[in-house]
Amino acid sequence: MKGLRWRLFLILGIFFLTLMYLMPSLTSKLPEWWFTNKIQLGLDLRGGIHLVLEVQAKEAVKATVDRLAEDIEDGLKKERIPFLGVKREGVSDINIELVRKKDVEQFHNIVKKEYPELNWVGVKTEDKIKIVKLSLTGKRVSQIEHLAISQALETIRNRIDEFGVSEPDIRGCGGSRILVQLPGIRDPQRAISIIGKTARLEFKLVDDAHSLEDALKGNIPPEDQILYEASIDKRTGEQIEIPYLLEKRTLLTGDYISDARVLIDPEINEPYVGISFNKQGAKIFAHITEGHVGRRLAIVLDNKIHSAPVIREKIPHGEARITGSFTLEEAKDLAVVLRAGALPAPIKILEERTIGPSLGQDSIQKGFKASLIGGSLVIVFMIIYYALSGAIANLALFFNLLLIMAGLAAFKATLTLPGIAGIALTIGMAVDANVLIFERIREEVRLGRTPRAALDTGYGKAFWTIFDANMTTLITALILFQYGTGPVRGFAVTLSLGIIANMFTAIFMTKVFFNLLVYKLKLRHLSI
Amino acid sequence: MGIEFIKPGIDIDFLGHKKWAFIVSGLLILLGIISLIIKGGPRYGIDFAGGTIVQVRFENPVSADEIRNGLKKISLGRSAVQPFGHGGSEYLIRAKQTSGELKRLSDKIKDVLEEELGKGGVEIRRVEMVGPKVGKDLRRKALLALFYAILAIGVYISGRFEMKWGISAAVGISLLVIVYFLSLFDVPLTFLVIGAFVTTLVLYIILNLKFALGAVIALMHDVFIALGIFSLMDKEIDLPVIAALLTIMGYSLNDTIVVFDRIRENLRKSYKEKFPNIINMSINETLSRTILTSLTTLLVLISLFIWGGGVIHNFIFALLIGAIVGTYSSIFVASPVLVALEQAASKKYKIKTSR
Repeated sequence: MKGLRWRLFLILGIFFLTLMYLMPSLTSKLPEWWFTNKIQLGLDLRGGIHLVLEVQAKEAVKATVDRLAEDIEDGLKKERIPFLGVKREGVSDINIELVRKKDVEQFHNIVKKEYPELNWVGVKTEDKIKIVKLSLTGKRVSQIEHLAISQALETIRNRIDEFGVSEPDIRGCGGSRILVQLPGIRDPQRAISIIGKTARLEFKLVDDAHSLEDALKGNIPPEDQILYEASIDKRTGEQIEIPYLLEKRTLLTGDYISDARVLIDPEINEPYVGISFNKQGAKIFAHITEGHVGRRLAIVLDNKIHSAPVIREKIPHGEARITGSFTLEEAKDLAVVLRAGALPAPIKILEERTIGPSLGQDSIQKGFKASLIGGSLVIVFMIIYYALSGAIANLALFFNLLLIMAGLAAFKATLTLPGIAGIALTIGMAVDANVLIFERIREEVRLGRTPRAALDTGYGKAFWTIFDANMTTLITALILFQYGTGPVRGFAVTLSLGIIANMFTAIFMTKVFFNLLVYKLKLRHLSI
Repeated sequence: MGIEFIKPGIDIDFLGHKKWAFIVSGLLILLGIISLIIKGGPRYGIDFAGGTIVQVRFENPVSADEIRNGLKKISLGRSAVQPFGHGGSEYLIRAKQTSGELKRLSDKIKDVLEEELGKGGVEIRRVEMVGPKVGKDLRRKALLALFYAILAIGVYISGRFEMKWGISAAVGISLLVIVYFLSLFDVPLTFLVIGAFVTTLVLYIILNLKFALGAVIALMHDVFIALGIFSLMDKEIDLPVIAALLTIMGYSLNDTIVVFDRIRENLRKSYKEKFPNIINMSINETLSRTILTSLTTLLVLISLFIWGGGVIHNFIFALLIGAIVGTYSSIFVASPVLVALEQAASKKYKIKTSR
């Protein structure tokens, strides 16, 4: 048969190429110019965390608006314009209650000059009070939201860097969503709390001038708020919350921190987090401590008070301690999170798929065992039913498997548990093509044709049928790939690779082998 | 030669038994529909309905009741505890709630169970939580996948079987147009999928694409029976199961194509034989191959079903049903439909010529 030689060479060539692609997954002792594609194991086989997070960007907008409101208050005080209150309404609106009608015009000018990002919505009069409504422009709102999302992405990356995960995958996945995949995590609870902790550090003064009891009953002075410190009751060992009356105004935030370390206090043998402020922060800190000696400064983390030590003296060098009942691990995690920076807005978990490493191991073992058993059954069956031709089909099958694995490596695709099932399924279906051809050949042999003629006709007739039949499964596999997620995608990939490999080996390769037998070895009688 | 299960010259009158086939199929589908109606629709897994699943393994065997007692402390709302695998020490806790908070439901469950049953004896093997937003997304993706699969298959087989690619292009375009039209009325995605399917059927009938129609009906028959069985056996439908359904669609078509190809080949060869006889002959000729392929596929699937572990169990189950029913439908459903259509068409012809 003409062209047998080049066909054989082609098969050999592909075989070696396949081996080359497979080597990286088996050993790492390869020369530099070799491919570095390894077969990736999916999270369901490796173990790890898969998270879809949503950045609550609206909170970032609210925070900005709150700061603007504070600014406006200061401005009004400076200009000596009497007002009753300046408060945020909703996400992006501010209501300012002015007393005198004539101030409205002056205020309008101030707003136009100093706050271009605020729209003057309107004024309404209620009980002789002029309520001015300002609103953050749409452009600015979306600016803040976008910035919040990209900052969140950056911060999460930094935190995970500190955590030390091999091959983390962190990326935005549409709108305000972030996809985080961390393989091989042994303590998902800890990892997730590090990732998602807002870690907003604020320094606020404790208000000793007003009565805490009164405030707890409901009379909170307008400039204050009540926050709690989580503590353990020394007597009962239970968790309690201690209320504090704080001045709302944030004097200093964690943004000014340049470093955070875990240290152990030798006196009480407890860990604490030592923070250092940057130059600007140190200045502000010195200013605060200088001006409020004797008062308590509350260290607030995510709206919970960590501690509220008394300011004994001015602290000029920007060093502070965050103490509290920490375990060493908690202290370390806090340091990580302070170093990486606060999240600009809180994070919500929309989807989680976490597989523990033990289950991952289990799945690999079970998947392979079942595939091995199934595959072996098929191989044995093929030999019993089709004799030597069955052996040729099995050879093709083996080659199929190699091609699929090499394909996975070449495309850096991920092998998942359904993916293993897909490979097994391909084994079962691969035989189909061979069966189609062999049955045709048997028919031809029964009709009395020579082995050569039987081969040619058999392959010829079967070709289109094989093509079509595989085509339909390929179409559905491709659609699955497009719309599937994670494990399902892995299935679609192995199925598709398997079908393509199958078409090559069943139609091209086995025919070459048969021709080898019939033409070169001059077989008279087909063992089929 | 090697062994032959199916001797050549075999001649089973498949079409003759079509009444039995019809009854069996009809019964299965009916049972499925009744089950679906009684249970208020298919049982959706957390992928589509949202919720949390926590797979827990205990060092010592524990009973489901002990777990339920322990969980009472955290109000889980509607939840279920079911054994996982064999051995009595691994369970699946399923809750309807999902919490976006950092202290996950699974953490709370672990804490509470450790309190009750001793620290260190509780291992969380797997956590899956799908919040409502993502659940909605996944539902949408699944429906889109189904829709495009029907579309692609519909176009492909109309072209391939009838050898008229112009027609298949027309079919494809009409489908897209009609579905687009429907989507303007803000029709939910499920109806779009049903609409696409119905449109395909109608188009095939109008255009007299017998082969394509036979294939599609066999295909939908398989999907319906699979869904029905899932409902009867109270199995959950999640993303992998939908993936299995799509794979079944492709696979069932596989079989049908093989039989139809034979039918067409035989039609070309013999003009004299009656249509039903040709079909019977074709099925018999391809019987060997059909049974064998199913056999090898089933060997693998059964192996995966028994030894593959609990995580893909549902998925493999769906594939298994699909493989079995798919083979059955290629022989007993697709071909009788062809005959029925042919008889209907020839009646029309007779009426026309008698005028």
